[in-house]
This record gives sequence, structure tokens and C-alpha cells, in this order.
Amino acid sequence: MSTIADRIVPDVGLEAGIAGLTTERIQEVVNQTLKGETGAKLKAYKETCMRCGLCSQGCHFYMSHDQDPSYSPVSKATETMYELIDKKGKVTPERIYQMAQIAFTECNLCKRCAHYCPVGIDIAYIMTMVRRICYLLDVVPQYIRDTAHSHSSTMNQMWIKDDEWIDSLQWQEDEARDEFPDLRIPLDKEGADVYYSVIGPEPKFRTQLIYQAAAIMNAAGIDWTMPSHPGWDNSDMCMYVGDFENMGRIKRAHYESAQKLRVKRIVMGECGHAFRSIYDMGNRWLGYKEMPVPVIHAIEFYWDLIQEGKIKITHKYEKPVTIQDPCNVIRGRGLMDKLRDVVHFLCEEVVEMTPNREHNYCCCAGGGVINCGPPFKNTRMEGNRVKADQLRNTGVKDIVIPCHNCHGGIEDIIGYYDLGMHGKFIGDIIYELMEKPEL
Amino acid sequence: MTDIYTFVTGPLAWVAFGIFIIGSVYRLVSMYALAKAKDGSSLAYMSWFYGLRSILAWMVPFKSKGWQSDPLATVTTFVFHIAFLLVAVFLNAHVVLWDTAFGISIPSLPTYLGDIISILAIVCCAIFAYRRLTLPHVKGITRNQDWFALILVVLPFITGVLAYHQVGSVLVMTTLHVIFAELLIALIPFTRLSHALFILFTRAYMGSEFGGVRHANDW
Repeated sequence: MSTIADRIVPDVGLEAGIAGLTTERIQEVVNQTLKGETGAKLKAYKETCMRCGLCSQGCHFYMSHDQDPSYSPVSKATETMYELIDKKGKVTPERIYQMAQIAFTECNLCKRCAHYCPVGIDIAYIMTMVRRICYLLDVVPQYIRDTAHSHSSTMNQMWIKDDEWIDSLQWQEDEARDEFPDLRIPLDKEGADVYYSVIGPEPKFRTQLIYQAAAIMNAAGIDWTMPSHPGWDNSDMCMYVGDFENMGRIKRAHYESAQKLRVKRIVMGECGHAFRSIYDMGNRWLGYKEMPVPVIHAIEFYWDLIQEGKIKITHKYEKPVTIQDPCNVIRGRGLMDKLRDVVHFLCEEVVEMTPNREHNYCCCAGGGVINCGPPFKNTRMEGNRVKADQLRNTGVKDIVIPCHNCHGGIEDIIGYYDLGMHGKFIGDIIYELMEKPEL
Repeated sequence: MTDIYTFVTGPLAWVAFGIFIIGSVYRLVSMYALAKAKDGSSLAYMSWFYGLRSILAWMVPFKSKGWQSDPLATVTTFVFHIAFLLVAVFLNAHVVLWDTAFGISIPSLPTYLGDIISILAIVCCAIFAYRRLTLPHVKGITRNQDWFALILVVLPFITGVLAYHQVGSVLVMTTLHVIFAELLIALIPFTRLSHALFILFTRAYMGSEFGGVRHANDW
């Protein structure tokens, strides 16, 4: 068995963070946070956890590392939060480095272990609070910290300037009009039925997804709009950094930009973590029990369009596909049946992964882990051998992946394990198959 | 010796039950107060329907992923808890106590069956200990508190079985049995055994989040 000390990964953010720390400072922050921001939930979890170890097999890290016990969910909680509580925060800066590495890079907060714990312990919540403490101690991996800074400075994840955002949309609109002469990407249309929101990486380097979404909206005759002002980005890495203050700011900006346009509902692109932020974490921080503006995920939106007969395809996708169930929309929001309805509508043959639906293995990129950047890429690759096995066993080449994080993570795994597969968004497939005007 | 026996089965029993009841009420009330003060964004989602659904789902052996993943732990957990409750309430010697102390008359287990079930409970504890000693993913997270709780639970069973089989002095063994049982009862609210108090709530909360917010099963 290994320990976290055996696998320390050098990271500028973590190194610089602990350089300024003393045990006294750590104690102060830990105790303040525990007293001020945690309550009965954490206390009951720590006490009621029977240390039975059943959660171990729920974790892809544990399974991928030949059942190395140091990767089991309960071990991660024991090595971090439980230790901080027991020692009342009296730990060394080096120990905080180790805890940060566990919490930020060796847990995807995917909550798969919840299906394994008889008591009902939410390890992802515990890891989130460890991240919160590390954030308050200023010990955060550099890449994801930079992303969170981008959110707090620009209200989007990718340092995209306000005019660049509008430029990107108009560029896509212009390009798309070659193919669909009537197509528009209506900006700031008050009272529209649909407010389409995306995550920062879409205008930055997956701009074709905006093109495709516009094509689908256009073909389906949707009364839609995209905002020209900050708030358009629904993503939220502050949530994963533990910077809850900025998580609240960006979620408020998102909701309010939709309210300002008096739209009927927000439809979000194929992203998982952004969805978690609007129904689970960001809304709670703001004190919204429900979402103040109805928000639906792309899967639900496409499902609706298919039910209404608004998506017309020329033929079905011929090659067999498999389906990746992203944690935040499946285990997080129960869209497994709608996802299957959509994929079966579009594709001739679906080969399911085992296990699947709410028991599917995580992509190992989510929870902000891929956002911790290149230093931790190997953590993700070695930590998800089970996903590679699961993918390989389907025997197909195409994977439908309705989530940006899953996409990035799985493409990496495909390369690392030489699987020769390829990931596709639902939007990719609809766009490929849809009826297009003859020019 | 008889005086000691009278003392442990009389006043000391009241003390043990008193500590158990007052301690349990205190722990539950203070935990609820803390939840109200600090966990509003969690309490708001508590749901009777989904909470109970989750509790019931996890009471079915091998239904959940967790129960499926480790058959030995699953069988041991179920057998142990059922055995514990059966012996604590329905063992014939205990049924006599219910009657003499409180005038409550309930059916009792046949003597031989009570003996078998008690031995089964000890075997289960041995399996729990085996897991803690040998399985790496359990060994690494086991602390003194976990051992303390296990020993606390097994002692009344061991002394009870020895007393029944008249190993050593019956009076001494029975007295020890009563003392250990009282210690167990009194310490439930203050040790790892407090899961007996809190598990319904942690389970119900996870069930509420999964059912009500996440629209997925939590098993």
C-alpha cells in the first residue's frame, strides 16, 4: 500500500501556498472554518462512519490502482478532514500540501461512493470542505486557481473579454449563414423562450459547438437568444476551488442575466459541472432552494425537441455507439432515461457500458481535477484504468459524451490507453444527421 | 456476591438506562439544534418519502451496490444486527427480566435457539475483527475507537454464553454479563455505537438528496 507522501506531485500553487503557512495559521483557519461553516452534517458523518471500507469499491481511483487502500473514499476522508478535526487543525504545512493534493486531485466529487455506503456518508461533501479549508489557506493547484481568478475578474472561465465574446458569436453566426442562409444568433432578445448558455471553453476553443447549437435552434424554429453581457458563462470552477463567495457571484450573474432578459428558461449546453452549480451548490449558497429561473440541460432540451418532432434527421448514425453517463447530470439529476431516448433516436445501435446509468464510473476529469492542469494529468490517467477497460470492453469506436469534462477526460484516456475511440457530443451527432438546406 | 448481583441488576441498571436515554435525547436534540443553526441548506431538502425509501432500500440485503460489493460484510452486518436485537429483547432470560421489572410479558425464543443466535453474534464480531485486522482497506482506517466499540458489543455476548453454559461461577459470570451489558447500553450515545442513533438521519438525508434533488437512486 502507498501513502499520499509517496506520490507528491510538484505544483507551483501548492508549493507557494504552504511556503507562507505556519501551524498556528493552519489551526486558526481550520477551526474557524469548522466552527463557522460546518455543522451537524459533518459531525454526524465523522461519527457515524463505521470505517467498514465498503465505499472503497465505489471509487475508480481505488479500483484502478489495484485496490490500493490509500485511494479509498473513507481513507481520503480519514487522511484529511477526520485528521483535521481530531487534531483540531494542528498539522504541518507539508501535511496541508498532502491533503490538498488528495482533495483537489484524487477525488472527482462524483459521488459514486454514495451507492456503496450503508450509512449514507457524503464523501464528496467532506472533500469539498477540505478544499474550502485549503482555499482559505491559499493552498490551491495553480491551474485551477487561475481559472477561478478568471471567473472572479471577468465572470467567465477563460479570460474572455466582453467584446471577444460577442465577436465569437457573430463570427459563428456569419459562418453558419453560408450553410443556413436564414440563421441568426439573436443577442439580448427580451422575452425569448430559450436563453442558451454555454461554458467559457466553448467560445474559446470549441466554438463549433455554438455553431451546431445555432443550427439546431434554427432548424427547430426555436425563439431563442444569447446574452451579450457577462453572466453568459454558466461554468463554475470557483465551486470546485472552495471559493464559495465567487461561486455565489458568478451564479447570481448567470441567473440575473437571464432574469434581465425576462426569458422563459435557460437551456445549457452539454456540460456537467455547470449543471451541478445551478441546482446543487451555487443556488444553495445564494439561498435559492429551487432555481430562480428554470434551467434545463441540453439532454432534456433535445429530448423535448424530439418529442415535439422538431428534430428531423435524414438517417440514423450507422456505427455502433456507447454512452458515457456524466456524474452531474445522471447521478446528479437523473437524466439517464432521457439520454438513452435521445441516443436511441439518433443512433442505430447502442452498446451499453458496464456498469452504467447512475453507477457509471467517473471520467476522472470532473470535480475540477482536469482543471488542475498538466501537473496532474498522470494522476487522471493512472487513476482511471477501469474506465479504459470499461470503454474497451464495449468494442465500439464512438462514445456519446454529453459533458465537457467527461469529453476532455475520456479523450485523454483514449489516447493514454490507445483505445482508438472517439467522443461525440449529442450536438455533434444531431448536426451531422440533421436535414440541411440544399445550396 | 449476591449483594453485588442485586446492586447491578437493580440501581445500576437504572443508572445505565438513565444514561442511555438522557444521553441519547441530549445527543439527538443537540445535533438537531446544530443542524438548524448550520445546515439549513441541507435540512431544507429533507423528505419523508425519499428518506424512508432510502432506509427501506438499504434494509434489503444485496439490493445496493455497497451490499453487493462485499458479501461477507453484508451477511455479517445483517446477521449481527438481527441477532443483537433478537437476543436483547427475546432471549428467554431477558423476557423474564422484562416481566419482573416492568410487568411486560412478551414471547421468548426457545432456549437452544437463543444460545445459537448468541454464538452467531459472537462469530459475527469475530468476522468484524478479522476484517479490521486483515483487509488492507479496513485495517488502514481502523482506530482505537473502532476496536473499543467492537469489544464493548462482544463482551455481553461472551459472558452471557459462558454464564448459560455454566463455565466458571454462574453468579460471577452473570454479574459480569449484566455489568458489560449496562456499560454497552450506557455508552451507546457516546461511542461509535452512536450510529444506532444517527444512521436513520444520515441515511434519510442521503435518500432525500438523491431522490428529491438528484432524481436518482442512492443504492
